[in-house]
Amino acid sequence: MGCPALVQVETSELFIPTEANAPSQQTGIMKRALCLRVTEEDFGEGSSHGVLPAPEFRKRKRKQKPKEEEEEVGVDWARMPQEILLHIFQYLPLLDRAHASLVSRGWNQVFHMPELWRFFEFELNQPASSYLKATHPDLIKQIIKKHSNHLQYVSFKVDSSTESAEAACDILSQLVNCSLKTLGLISTARPSFMELPKSHFISALTVVFVNSKSLSSLKIDDTPVDDPSLKVLVANNSDTLKLLKMSSCPHVSPAGILCVADQCHGLRELALNYHLLSDELLLSLSSEKHVHLEHLRIDVVSDTPGQHFHSIRKSSWDAMVKHSPKFSLVMYFFLYEDEFGPFFRDEIPVTHLYFGRSVSKDVLGRVGLHCPRLVELVVCANGLRPLDEELIRIARRCTQLSAIGLGECEVSCSAFVEFVQMCGRRLSQLSIMEEVLIPDHRYGLDDIHWEVSKHLGRVWFPDMMPCW
Amino acid sequence: MAVNSVHWFRKGLRLHDNPALQEALDGADTVRCVYIMDRCFVGSDNFGLNRWRFLLEALEDLDASLRKLNLRLFVVRGQPTDVFPRLIKEWNVTRLTFEYDSEPYGKKRDATILKVAQDLGVETRIKHSQTLYTPARIIELNNNAAPLTFKRFQALVQRLELPKRPLPLVTRQQTDCCQTDDTANHDKCYGVPSLEELGFKTQGLGPAVWRGGESEALERLNSHVDKKGCMANFERPNISASSLMASPSGLSPYLSFGCLSCRTLYYRLRDLYMTARKRCTPPLSLFAQLLWREFFYTAAANNPTFDRMRGNPICVQVPWDDNPGALAKWAEGRTGFPWIDAIITQLREEGWIHHLARHAVACFLTRGNLWTSWESGMKVFEELLLDADWSVNAGSWMWMSCSAFFQQFFHSYCPVGFGRRTDPNGDYVRKYIPKLRGYPNRYIHEPWAAPESVQKAAGCLVGVDYPRPMVNHAQSNRLNVERMKQIYKSLSNYKGLSLLGPVSTIQEEVESAVMTENSRTLGNISGTVPEDRKTAGPSPPRKRSHDRLERTEWGPQAKAHCSASANNQQ
Repeated sequence: MGCPALVQVETSELFIPTEANAPSQQTGIMKRALCLRVTEEDFGEGSSHGVLPAPEFRKRKRKQKPKEEEEEVGVDWARMPQEILLHIFQYLPLLDRAHASLVSRGWNQVFHMPELWRFFEFELNQPASSYLKATHPDLIKQIIKKHSNHLQYVSFKVDSSTESAEAACDILSQLVNCSLKTLGLISTARPSFMELPKSHFISALTVVFVNSKSLSSLKIDDTPVDDPSLKVLVANNSDTLKLLKMSSCPHVSPAGILCVADQCHGLRELALNYHLLSDELLLSLSSEKHVHLEHLRIDVVSDTPGQHFHSIRKSSWDAMVKHSPKFSLVMYFFLYEDEFGPFFRDEIPVTHLYFGRSVSKDVLGRVGLHCPRLVELVVCANGLRPLDEELIRIARRCTQLSAIGLGECEVSCSAFVEFVQMCGRRLSQLSIMEEVLIPDHRYGLDDIHWEVSKHLGRVWFPDMMPCW
Repeated sequence: MAVNSVHWFRKGLRLHDNPALQEALDGADTVRCVYIMDRCFVGSDNFGLNRWRFLLEALEDLDASLRKLNLRLFVVRGQPTDVFPRLIKEWNVTRLTFEYDSEPYGKKRDATILKVAQDLGVETRIKHSQTLYTPARIIELNNNAAPLTFKRFQALVQRLELPKRPLPLVTRQQTDCCQTDDTANHDKCYGVPSLEELGFKTQGLGPAVWRGGESEALERLNSHVDKKGCMANFERPNISASSLMASPSGLSPYLSFGCLSCRTLYYRLRDLYMTARKRCTPPLSLFAQLLWREFFYTAAANNPTFDRMRGNPICVQVPWDDNPGALAKWAEGRTGFPWIDAIITQLREEGWIHHLARHAVACFLTRGNLWTSWESGMKVFEELLLDADWSVNAGSWMWMSCSAFFQQFFHSYCPVGFGRRTDPNGDYVRKYIPKLRGYPNRYIHEPWAAPESVQKAAGCLVGVDYPRPMVNHAQSNRLNVERMKQIYKSLSNYKGLSLLGPVSTIQEEVESAVMTENSRTLGNISGTVPEDRKTAGPSPPRKRSHDRLERTEWGPQAKAHCSASANNQQ
């Protein structure tokens, strides 16, 4: 039965197509499947008890068996070609790889090959504050000792404790002889990097900026990064930087981000808070030297009521659209109702709009007037008056709109049906809480899903929540 | 040979629509009704005072009703596994009957007792009456997997025949020929214990808002049906502050303890609708509340890990904070948000809160503001909430924390705004937090925003007499929406910008629900739907124009995987 070499060839064939979209989470199941098969063939002497191979897999195996069997009798697993082993290892979770490395010297060598250490995600959680497991400290030590020069795509996931953020900085400051291409600092609960002494964080981060020289992607949302450290970033990585996400970084000033935009002409994706957005920044991003921008995310945030916001000139937005006609502009609004004054007074090329807090009818009316490129609209809450005219205006004027979500709002059933009728089948996402729809003389709650389904060309229901 | 029956009451504390009890009476020479009380109670259950009180009242009521039939309720102290071998010998039991329990814990317990009974040669009869439909049947119909969306569940239910009609009350005629005469010492050995006997302090305890028992349940059923009947169009009532208060027509605790049969309620509503609407078939929405209960029972039936995150195949793994201090403030109603604190106070005092109130406090504890595990909130409800069935409670918490079943995570309830919408005049807050009574409506939901003069005039200083808000709710909510988005994005193949994308774990099911619906329902409304739509399946997954963006970002990583083998070959 056993024909291990053949099995390896076939597994690689089977899994080659998935390589193209390898990001870790998606292939988890496949990894597991592969893992099972390898184990089976490995320890079960190729017999078919245990996990059954997939049907097509079995069939092919049977077909080719007679010829191959003669050649493959008595295969030595330790002598399996390194490239094949390496290929398999790429699909195994780290722990399984570590176990496999104990099989033989040869396997152990493969375990340490640089290719397997380019991507790493450090998970830093404290047992007292998180339910999730952390990357083992010994493993971290080993990586820094043996593999830090191999690391290229690194992310840190930290929980809400300061210790975890501190640990992340400690690792960062030891990455002196590596050249990272992507770096992500991700707070999975509360933004714990913000609790670190700024200088400590900055010195760790600049170690990476100075040593890497070819960073293309940097996610540093919710961190105390500041203008001088961005200057270091620019001085070392201006040719390669493509993506920069730095929402909620309070120590950066508009001048700091402008310096990035002026120097990093390859920047295609940018996320920042509204207070960093300026006419100069938009003009810089639309300069001739600059590549087309693909994605700009702006968080408009007020955590205490009564903030004042500046406005952006229409001509600056026009320059952006002219330079990057296809760019998407995503805006998250977390404002108190009376702070919307400067917004939506003029045309704005926003494509995705998210209102995280209560927003007035008046503002939504202005959205209908001034957002011709709008693709997606999410309104989490509104007052108690129905949004009928506002929605219909949006349907009429925002001809690209294809997704809408309504939380605590009210819309009459008739107006909603009219809205859907006007948008028709381009509405691919329609997430409406059942409570939002107010029955009227034309439609009750039991009719509405028929009417809406009819206009959408597919079956649709409002979102329901348990009433128990 | 004489037939000596024992009917074992657990839930299902009623004489109406009790098929297992009917089985006990069937041709029996003696019948004894038993309730086994273990102070540690059922496995994971951790009853608080109100739940014990409700249970004891329900048992008292059951005993009183049984007495009218010349039977008694035997409350036996101990563990079922110890109690049954003893009772079976002592009473020479030949038949054991009980209601089928679909919950994993119950199934395990019952399997043990079945074995004990069979080993001792006792006939066992188990009848189904806890839910309208048998969870196993629905699971079978759904290709042996529990449906994970309510829509899918409804689609399956519509393919089933109607639930069985409820059985009538047990009558004197049935019980006359199966009396027992061992009434001596009954109260001493087998009486319903008091709260004091169970170790609760009852001094100063007011009357229960929800009185336990079948008699109360049947009275409430009548007023529930009357109330529904008055709302001529059977539409959902508008939510106001008064809907948040305990209503004399509320039924959920009675369904939970089985003082009321869900089938009895189902058919009362159905008959009412059909009389009012001239024999029209009622829509599923008429039974929404009952169906949610069924949905969660079905989802949990084969999943012993249903009440936890880790190891639970249907639960999204969320990196919740472990923060006992924050949890305690929430559970004791000291968050500093009047809306949240009022709800928790009502829950502690009365044992019931409206479903919107449940959403408000659950959202606040989990994905909305405190980012604390839903499991800890579930345990608090388990202690305090009269209708906290294991399946329904865990299921609701997973739902409310966006850990399962749910797609819409963009919106979470604001602890100020939602309160203001639901209770604009602050009546509800003032009732449960009397010290805030003096605040004007404008500030009643955010007393910290009131100027000091107003606070003084109200006689309640924030930070002194009433806690300051424990979090900046605006800020924490914003962060948590982002966290949730992170998690959902990593879960799904979906890489777009939007917050409205479906999540892959349940997407398949949504589509299959749509498919069933499509072929079934769209075909029915002929004339309104163009011919080509009738057979249309779900549209193929939409190719998103924005997936490009995330790919640029993490593209190099994918390339790293590809190039690894290439490099090695060089």
